[in-house]
Amino acid sequence: MPLDLVVNVLLGGLLTGLVYGLMALGLSVVYGVVRIVNFAHGELMALAMYVTVVAFAAFRLDPLWMLLPVALGFFGLGYVLQRTLINPFIARPEHAQFMLLLAVALILVNGLLLVFGPDARNVQVDYALDSFQIGPVLVDKVRVVCALVALASCALLWAVFRFTRLGKAIRACADNLLGARIVGLNVAHLYGLTFGIGCACVGVAGTLLTLLVDVTPASGPSYTLLAFIIVIIGGLGSMPGALAGGVLIGVSEAAAGLVFTPSAKSMVSFALLIIVLAFKPQGLFARR
Amino acid sequence: MDKTPTTPNLPAAISRRDFNRVAASTSAIAAAGWFPAIVRAQPTKLKVGVILPRSGFEAQLGQSCQRGADISPGIMKELYGVELELMNVDFESSVDRARSLAEKLINDGANVLIGPFDSGAASAIAQVAEQRKVPFVINIAAAPPITEQGYKFTFRNFPTSVDLIRNGLALFRDLFQATGTAPRTCVFMHVNDTFGMANKAAIDRILPTLDYLPFKVVETISYDPAARDLSVEVAKAKASGAEIVMLVCRLNDSILLVREMVKQRYSPKGIISPGSPGMYQAPFYTALGKYSEYCISNVPWYDPKSKMTAIVDRAFSKAFPSEKLMFYALDVGFTVEAMMIAADAFKRARSVDGPVLADAIRQTRITDRMMLGGPIAFDAKGQNTQIASACIQNRKLRPQVVLPAASAEIAPVFPVPDWNSRT
Repeated sequence: MPLDLVVNVLLGGLLTGLVYGLMALGLSVVYGVVRIVNFAHGELMALAMYVTVVAFAAFRLDPLWMLLPVALGFFGLGYVLQRTLINPFIARPEHAQFMLLLAVALILVNGLLLVFGPDARNVQVDYALDSFQIGPVLVDKVRVVCALVALASCALLWAVFRFTRLGKAIRACADNLLGARIVGLNVAHLYGLTFGIGCACVGVAGTLLTLLVDVTPASGPSYTLLAFIIVIIGGLGSMPGALAGGVLIGVSEAAAGLVFTPSAKSMVSFALLIIVLAFKPQGLFARR
Repeated sequence: MDKTPTTPNLPAAISRRDFNRVAASTSAIAAAGWFPAIVRAQPTKLKVGVILPRSGFEAQLGQSCQRGADISPGIMKELYGVELELMNVDFESSVDRARSLAEKLINDGANVLIGPFDSGAASAIAQVAEQRKVPFVINIAAAPPITEQGYKFTFRNFPTSVDLIRNGLALFRDLFQATGTAPRTCVFMHVNDTFGMANKAAIDRILPTLDYLPFKVVETISYDPAARDLSVEVAKAKASGAEIVMLVCRLNDSILLVREMVKQRYSPKGIISPGSPGMYQAPFYTALGKYSEYCISNVPWYDPKSKMTAIVDRAFSKAFPSEKLMFYALDVGFTVEAMMIAADAFKRARSVDGPVLADAIRQTRITDRMMLGGPIAFDAKGQNTQIASACIQNRKLRPQVVLPAASAEIAPVFPVPDWNSRT
């Protein structure tokens, strides 16, 4: 097997994996703090993709310019969603939370289907088909841009949680809810902000993905599944785990396509999931 | 003299036994359905259950076929004077859903089922149609086993994969002859759904028996038609160094593949489909622009000069003023023809009874048709074997017939220009 082929494929997997990681990060952050598993995660990302596609179609706005507006918009959406719809379910059994978020997912999928129809949509920027050539290795320009933005977003999120008062307060809620309440933190508000941050991650990932893939209303559930696989492999609630899980899935799918057959790519993700569940059920990067 | 008392209102000649005998005979005749003309009203409309994948990964194709279904009632009224009532359902590109929706349509009163642009779904629906004795007319689906099961209620007006591939590969030869070329190597890429695997099986079976094709398949790459990313597949194809790509695809994946080929600077001498959808469809041109040019599909196609094409084109333009029939011709054409088969049989049978309607369909012979090939007729298996293919090349952002020469709109270009030299 030629070395340049191996390098090309693995590099492509790595770059795509970083965007997957950002997508899964939102799910992980929300679970890590609010202890709610967002079953509408992929559907929210499909919504972000449609927002980007519509903005591009209407105003020819490059998705990279849409990153900040979409992130802010989805932060607001996430905050409102949590405070109005999800917060009343915080203390309820998990199956009730599951039903609620599944309903949100169904409404989103069918709402998108009603508004946009089933056709695949995409954005076609001038640089969409460009690539860099470094010796025998070809690197997809869009994938590089997306991976860099994903890395920058993760770094920003890490800095927010590590160095800001808000981040420390959110971490306090995650670490010791009772203690956070005792010292006077507004937990409901912080939960709303956390859900907003999770949704902002999803919004950014969705906006980036429009540069890589087409979107249909049916895309959502498959992204939810992918995000679940990634966070379970990386460790639910672990930020580095989500990013590493994304990279692991991206690279292993690419390698499987190369070594076995491309049809076996998804099978490898599920095989990894089963192996992790069997030998390290808390995930590869979980704290315990 | 004693007289047996009789019921004053009844004639003495009819005894209780006579009455029972007459009543039993009448019931038997009624049960056998021997006097439908006397007591049953003639059915005035045919309820057609239209099962298509209008959402999911085959959505564009299902929507395209749906356009054909939508314009059919008006056309059938004009051609046959019969009324069709469409019962449209979307099976969401899911075989299981197709099966349950077929059951539901029959429960809701569908007299005939039409669809589904998917071989897996067609197999599932055919089983239901057989159990419930309701005719099923397949508009598009190519897997051979569908009409090899001995079904009595399933009819297919579309070539099997074997015929599709045989016709498609013959057009490869014609293309190479017409352009004086002889590529030596080929990479075969195909979707791994029922349709793709049936095509692969047909190619594996037929290709070794053909001595007129100059190329050898150096690599076979299968992939998921719902895949988000096909970069690995294209990297492998490029690494094979093959001169041409033989592609059995759907729509979305064909767009992804071409994009990826451009990104990875893999410029084969030609991308040729031996008989699959995707590259001649409107979204392919919209999504790829100049990169959609020169792709070739050897597929069953419409006869631009037929009377039926003119009728369908008129109805299509009226219903969808912003669209052009040529981008939907295969899907619309075969769907309208499926409706013609049902309407024609209904007109002759004067019944909506499943077995009667199926018998009428079995005797179909429609000579005025839209698609290329002989008259629409079915063999004992319910298969129409008289469907021809044409070589279609994307030129000036629309599909154009390049072969056979008699129907050609433009001369074929092969080898095709590389990606960078397209304007």
